[in-house]
Formats: sequence, structure tokens, C-alpha cells
Amino acid sequence: MKSLSDLRAIKDKAKKEMAAREQSAKFRIVIAMGTCGIAAGARSVMSAILDEINKRNVTQAVVTQTGCLGFCDQEPLVQVVQSDTGITTTYGKISAEIARKIVVDHVMGGQVVSSHVFSHE
Amino acid sequence: MTRMRELSLHILDIVTNSVEAEASRVILWIDESIAGNLLRIRVRDNGRGMTRAMIDRVTDPFVTTRTTRAVGMGLPLLQQAAASCGGRLEIESQPGRGTTLQATFAHNSLNRSPLGDIAATVVNLIIGAPEVHFVYGHRTDGGYFTFDSYWFYARMAERDCSQYMLVEPAQQWIQEKLVLIGSIG
Repeated sequence: MKSLSDLRAIKDKAKKEMAAREQSAKFRIVIAMGTCGIAAGARSVMSAILDEINKRNVTQAVVTQTGCLGFCDQEPLVQVVQSDTGITTTYGKISAEIARKIVVDHVMGGQVVSSHVFSHE
Repeated sequence: MTRMRELSLHILDIVTNSVEAEASRVILWIDESIAGNLLRIRVRDNGRGMTRAMIDRVTDPFVTTRTTRAVGMGLPLLQQAAASCGGRLEIESQPGRGTTLQATFAHNSLNRSPLGDIAATVVNLIIGAPEVHFVYGHRTDGGYFTFDSYWFYARMAERDCSQYMLVEPAQQWIQEKLVLIGSIG
């Protein structure tokens, strides 16, 4: 049995690691998890992205979620935000398969997956 | 009305509301009883909370409009799903204190969507909102287990790895426990 202070130390260490990754990450991948997104398949899109990140040992990205982005007819939506420039690419109507392609081509290769770009700014 | 194919998608939806409401702690309890013919989903958060008027608004599908969707169609959908299975949606909330939401379903209702992939829902939530301390408990007639964000913290410390490497092991851990307690979903 671990003491409370042990648990706190474990948590702090993990949080520090997560923060460090966030700091150094080149890309932030944001999944739109509003009702509209979820109904359209956002959970399996996120699972595909997490799987690809783990499988390919991608270290330059963090994955977060957000609510409805206001373009419900385009769901599932995923945004790829470049940390240094703030350039945000929003992908719409994506599948798990396209999500994997976004990780490989865009996040790892720096090439936007033009077939599913909804906006780019 | 559209419906979610899995109750765990409703859960993903309502916990996302909690995250949006700036909760730092979310507790999800699922009670599954064949003997009691009940499936109960309870989500408690310490987020912003709502007034009575806001609760009435978020559960009314006709008042919510596109431009004002702070909380969209999610709760009316859940309410309708529960009502169609002989259950109900109850919301208790206090501004500044948080919100507790409970949805009940007759376990054997033919209208009821299956619980579905609760492991993916829980793990995606923890990964997607790492700032939130998330606790998930699940009870059946055969036993119970709990899982929470500390599972990730502990293994990250132990194995010196990122949270992303733990997605699959975490899902497996949950799935094994579900089998152990005889969850039907």
C-alpha cells in the first residue's frame, strides 16, 4: 500500500512528463468531441490516432479533445495545430483510416492531407 | 431523433460536458444489475455547475439552437434514450459546486443500446483531458472494480513511458475486469 505522499509524488512526476511533452511537441492534435462529433465516429477516430502514435512511436505530438467546433455537418473533425506558427489545419469528414494518414503524412511527414482539409489558417 | 449506438458514447458525451465545464475531477459510476433489472450511469463533476433554469434549458431539445449550443443535443438524446427504456435522466447541480447526472435504464429493455466499448471511452477521456482527475467505477451483481487516472500516473512513473504507450494496456486492464465481474453491458 502506497502512502498519500507517494501517490502525490507519482502524480507529480507523470504530470511533469506530460507537461514536458506538451512543451516540446511540434503538433497538437485536437479531436472534436461534441455530441455531433461523437455521433459521427469521433471516438474511433481518436482511437486510431492514439494507436498510430503509439505504433510509430511519435513523440512530437500531443492529443487532446475539445467540444463542438460549430461545423457539425463536417464531423468527425480533427485539428492539427503547429505549435511554433499556430497554423491550424482542420480536417473534416474523416474516418479512422484518414486519421492514421494524418498522423503519418502530416504530423510525421509535414505534408497536409489535402483531400480532407476543411480549413487551413 | 438520432440515437447513439452505444451507451458508452453517451458517457463520452456527458463527461466531455464536464471537461468543458472546467471540472478538475469527474467520477463515473456504472451499476449493472440483472437481478434488479437496472443499468444506471452516474457522472459527478466539480465543474461550473448549472442553475435550475439552465438545467431546464439543456434538457429541452427545442430550446437549444445552433448558435447558442453551450451544451448541445447530448442531454436531450440521453434523456430520450433513458425514457424509451423505462428509465429517466436526473440532473442535480449547483453553480460553482458541480453537477451530478444520473441516467437509468431497464437492463432488459429491447430499446436499450448496449453499453459498448466503455474501455475506449474511459481511456480516450483520460488521454484527451489529462488535467482532469478521472475515476471510473463499475459494479455488477458479481462484483466491482475501479479505475482512475492514477493507473496511468503510476505506470508512467514505473516504466518511464508516455501515456500514449499505455492506451492499449489500460483498455485491456479494464476489459479483463469487466469479464471478471461478469459485465454484460
